Parts: sequence; structure tokens; C-alpha cells
Amino acid sequence: MEQILEKILVEYRKSEGNIISLLQDIEDSFGYLSEDAINWFSKKLDIPASRFFGVATFYSQFHFKPRGRNVITACCGTACHVKGSERLINGLRKELNLSEDEDTTKNMEFTLEKVNCVGACSIAPVIIINKQVRGKTTSDKLLKEIKSLKGLKDEGN
Amino acid sequence: MKATNTTIRVCMGTGGIAAGGVEVLDAFRKELELAGIKADVKKNCSMHKVGCRGLCAKDVLVDVIIGDKKTTYQFIKSDMVPRIVKEHVVEKNPVREWMVGEDYLAFHEKQFKVVLSDCGSIDPEDISAYIGVKGYEAAKKVMTSMKPGDVIETIKASGLRGRGGAGFPTGAKWEIAGKQDSKQKYLICNADEGDPGAFMDRSVIEGNPHAVIEGMIIGAYAIGADKGYVYIRAEYPLAVERLRKALSDARENGFLGKEILGTKFNFDIKVKLGAGAFVCGEETALIASIEGQRGMPRAKPPFPVYNGLWGKPTVINNVETLANIPYIIRNGDRWFASFGTEKSRGTKVFALTGKIKNSGLIEVPMGISLKEIVYEIGGGIEGDRALKAVQTGGPSGGCIPAAMVDMSVDYESLIKAGSFVGSGGMVVLDETDCMVNIAKFFLEFTQAESCGKCVPCRIGTKRLLEILTRITKGAGKEGDLELLEKLSKDVKAASLCGLGQGAPNPILSTIKYFRHEYEAHLEGRCPSAVCKELLTYYVLEQFCKGCGACLRACPAGAITGEKKKPHFIDSGICIKCGACFDVCKFKAVKKE
Repeated sequence: MEQILEKILVEYRKSEGNIISLLQDIEDSFGYLSEDAINWFSKKLDIPASRFFGVATFYSQFHFKPRGRNVITACCGTACHVKGSERLINGLRKELNLSEDEDTTKNMEFTLEKVNCVGACSIAPVIIINKQVRGKTTSDKLLKEIKSLKGLKDEGN
Repeated sequence: MKATNTTIRVCMGTGGIAAGGVEVLDAFRKELELAGIKADVKKNCSMHKVGCRGLCAKDVLVDVIIGDKKTTYQFIKSDMVPRIVKEHVVEKNPVREWMVGEDYLAFHEKQFKVVLSDCGSIDPEDISAYIGVKGYEAAKKVMTSMKPGDVIETIKASGLRGRGGAGFPTGAKWEIAGKQDSKQKYLICNADEGDPGAFMDRSVIEGNPHAVIEGMIIGAYAIGADKGYVYIRAEYPLAVERLRKALSDARENGFLGKEILGTKFNFDIKVKLGAGAFVCGEETALIASIEGQRGMPRAKPPFPVYNGLWGKPTVINNVETLANIPYIIRNGDRWFASFGTEKSRGTKVFALTGKIKNSGLIEVPMGISLKEIVYEIGGGIEGDRALKAVQTGGPSGGCIPAAMVDMSVDYESLIKAGSFVGSGGMVVLDETDCMVNIAKFFLEFTQAESCGKCVPCRIGTKRLLEILTRITKGAGKEGDLELLEKLSKDVKAASLCGLGQGAPNPILSTIKYFRHEYEAHLEGRCPSAVCKELLTYYVLEQFCKGCGACLRACPAGAITGEKKKPHFIDSGICIKCGACFDVCKFKAVKKE
């Protein structure tokens, strides 16, 4: 971990970045912002950790817990809303056994998250599975894909 | 076999890629090679002029151009490519049944393209394609033959107003910035398009990033800035990628950097990624975010043109505003001012979505009627249901009821109707949409996105949402509507920035035009059968075949019945999840 953090630090100093770009680099490298990583930078840069957390908690892009291997992002924009995104999300929660306040499955296979709008409204409702945009989704299509992702994992074992 | 002048264009914006654009492009490359044909296979943005012309709902759209004859195909999948290559490219017989229909032509007939005129006809990742359509000529003209003051005068005379929402005259903004006596000034392109239901800026950057860059160069020259930023949402990965490539190509070609095109003018642009906070679309919050702080707005004045990024004079223009600039310089202010209405000149790009047949990106002259947009360009309502309202302006906008569909679409008329041009989202709602639910949807959004700095917005949106939530749950109280109206007015008047000032608009406009729907909710009914808590599910015995699908789907065990006999839903046990309604193939489950 230390090596990656050093690399981010070098890049940060070189490009005269700011706290946000630094946090974005940490998030990109680890998938979330761990306390250890923040404390490491806090010491190196002599910036209080509270400032990092103050900025990070303001922006929805940052996560503070590790996320699942597969990230499913449900668009909740207006067009997706009127075309039934809520039902898709409820279906996904049921399939992944997630309660209302959970977003990652216990086996760390799936994370389900919402996004305000990905701007692909003319193919609403939109679900993004591992960065691949899926337009005009239906519950059936979606559940099939989730099942095949689960299947992949079983084969891998 | 030799095919002369054959060009294949495949739509590759976010919409096109989602529909399989990459596979289609690969299939064309492979099939053409197999057939031994030399053809020019290009990527095009999915949204615009020739490539897809905005109709991403019909993706993947493919143009086959042989000589000067162009044929457009819709809903193309990679397995359809061999037939197109064999019959059309080789044998010269277009595949009729896959060609676009009349609705595709109607979609374009009433549109007029300025910003989108090159989007889709050129490869956005190839700077020479942009130069080939007179790209960067306006920047050259400005830097070699115009004084900064002349540029400002031209933009003022064109009547261009900010396309990001409020509609402030662009030329006037530049003029103030130009007059500031400061060695350091900044120009920022606001590409933090956070309105749900809007994707104009994404499409422009994905389809023609160089036009935005050229607009920025011209703006920077006019105000005397040597540093620029594009603040863009991280949720738009393709736009970010194309923008970065365009910037590096522009630098290589000498349009950015030191002593641009041999003049004394220096200017360069950095990309700053947003981190997912809607409020950062607000100017002062955006500046705080670029500076690496929490993106919270501050009181204005001082406005950023006087005191902006790191305390220096800063102009912030929206993507679409900047993309208009090169065309205005090339074609003249009179040309631009000849479109639109007296106070709203030029064209506006809208994202037409929701319950509409032809959903997509459109560009129309200001002053066109809403009716023309919905029924002629949009082709009417999906499933031929009745139009209920058009929501414009995103979370700060309002709902225009069907009865007002004849109104003109321009800055002033929309504000008069209680809505807003905003960044240009236009979501069409039909008779099955509940207006109270829509208002609640937007309040959920603004309440979550409120930065919390000022009390009216932080507490006000929370209270408004609580009242709306109880109304949609059938627990509304007498006097709730009056309370909503009063609180809305207070939040509007007292909030610090546009987020809070606009947040009550969805409530006020829906109460104004759809008060009867609110009243029905207070009586315990949702007329559009949307609000879950107010619904009852039951089985229509005459349609029920007793197949048992609903019984198996019900997670609560509320459904009983024998095979091949009508089933029954126990409303005491029913959790109103709608699973039975979804699975019934005979439309025997009814909700009211």
C-alpha cells in the first residue's frame, strides 16, 4: 500500500493538485478511502485528517468502506424515475439480499449504488454494471445478468 | 471489388455504445475486409446531425454513404452487419426493412442546428475532422484581426445568453471581466451538468469537444485570461476521455499553449473532475471545488467576474454557451440574432426524454411552441397515452400542464409559467404519472443535494419533503397545501443560492396546475395509481385464468386460490409491492 501512496504523493506534488484530486486518486487506486491512507497523507502533508474527511464527506463520489467486486449503479434521474428505476432497484435488492440500509453484499461480491443522473436519459431506465452502460433495462434482463455474474464466480471457485 | 467513396458512420456516444456500437463498428471493419472493400469506417457521436441526429432511442444508428447518397439504418446489431455489407455496400441494394422511417425524418424537420451542426458528422476524436469543417478558423480570425473589445461587441450584438440556466447575457459578462484591471484572470467552462434529465453538455463534449475548446480560446482572448478550467462531472467518463484527447491534440496543433498561432496570446486549459455534488454547478461552489474545498456557495456579490477563483476575476460559461461562440464569430452576430425571439436569440439544445416516442437530443430556435416539440419533433406520447405535463428546468424548474402546450419556449415565457429553461432538460409526463410523486422526487433530490450552509435550504427542503412524503402516504393533514405554499415562498426568498431558491419550484408549479391531484391524495386517493400506500390491488375475476403466477410471485403470501379458478388478494396481508401486477399476463390484477 505504501508504494501506491508514495506514487500518488509524487503525482500530487508534480501536478500541483488539490485535496479533491488527491482523494480521487486514492479512491481510484483502492476503491475507497481508508482511514490508514488518509492518516498517511495527513502526516506527510501536514494537513489535519479532519480536513480530508471534511472534503470527502461533502462529495458523493467518495466511499469510506470497501466495495464489492461487481459494482451496479442505478441511475435515478428524472427520466429513469418515470420509467420505473425504483422497481428495478427493489428487484435488485431482493435478488442480492440487501436490506434498505445495506449497499454491499456480505460476501463482497456486489455493491448496489444509486447515482443522480448519468445523462443517458433517452435510453432510460439505465443501469451501469461494472462501468458498462445498460439502456432500456427491464427486471428480467437485469436479473439474468446478475445471475450470470454470480455464475462466473461459482466457476471461478 | 472496388467501392468508390464509401463511408460508414456508426454512432458511438454513450447511447450508441450502450446499444452495442463498438461491436457494430468492429463487425463493419471485419465484413468490409472480408469483402475486400476499402471503406472509411468512422465513429460518430450518437447524438447529432448526420451520425444519429439525436435519436439515441433508435441506436445503434448507422449511416452508409456511397458517393453522395446516404442511407440511415436504425436498431442495428452486429449480426445485421453482414447483410448490410453484402446487399448494400457490395450489391448496391439498401436493406429497406432496416432503414429509418418517417418518424426519423419528422424528428429533424423542425430542428435548427447551430451548436449541434457538426456534432455527429465529424469524428470527435480527430482534430483534422473539426479543422475540415472550418474548425479553429474563428479563433484564428479573432486572434489575428480582432481586438478583444470587438469580440465582446460581436457577442453582445448576437444576443447570446448563458445556456446554463439563468440566461445572463454572455457579452455583458465578458465585458465586465475584460474591464477588470488584473494580471491574472480565469475562464471556466461549467460542464457540471447535474440536472437529472439533462445531457446536452455531455453530448456536445462527446460529439464536438473542439468547438467548446475554440469557444474558450475566443472567450479567454476577449477577457484577457491565460488560464482556463473545464469543470466536468466524473459521471461522464466518455466525455472526459474525449475532452482530454481534444485538449492534447489542440495543444499539439498550436491552438493552446504559449504564443498561440504566432501571436502574443497565451492560454491553456486544465480539466477538473467534479466529485458528485450537484450544488457545484453553482458558480461560487464550483470555484470552491476547483480550489479543493467543500463545494459550498457563498453570498453574491461580489460576483466571480470581480472576485472569483483564488480571488481573481473569473468568467464561468456553460458548455453550450461556449460551443455557440465559434459559429457566431464565423457567421456573424446578425446571422445568430436572426433566430429566436427578441429577448431570447439563437437556438437552444434540449434533452427530450420521458414518455415520448422520439426521445433524444434536439436543437430548436427559441420561441418554438412546446406543442411542436412534443408532437412534431417528439412524435407524440409513448403508447399514444394523453400528455399530462412537461417538466423543464430540472430540480429548479416546474411542470407545464398539457393545457398550456401552445406556449412559446424561451427564457421569459417559461419563467412566466412558473418554470425555467434551466440547462435544457425536458421530461415528458403522461397520464400515468403522479404529479405529487414528481414533486416529491425533485425534493428528495434537492434535499439530499443541499449543501447545508444556509438554514432556509437545509431545513426548509427537509420540511417540504416531509410534508410531501406524508401526503403521498395518505397521511396528509388539512392545511398541508397552504403550508407547502407558504414554506415554499419562504425557502425561495431566503436561500443563499440557486439550489434553494429554485428547489420549491416543482412544488409551486404542481400545486398551481394540479391542485386537484394534491386534494385527491389528501382524501386518500392517487388518481394515477402511483403512490404505493394509497393503492389497493385486487383480482378481476372475469380475466383471471387461475394460472398461479401471482400466487408464486407474492412475497407476502397474500394471494390465495386454486388452480384454474380466480385468485384472491387479501388486502390486509398485501404489502403493495406490485409483483402480482407485473407478472400477470392477462391484465387480471388491477390497482387503484
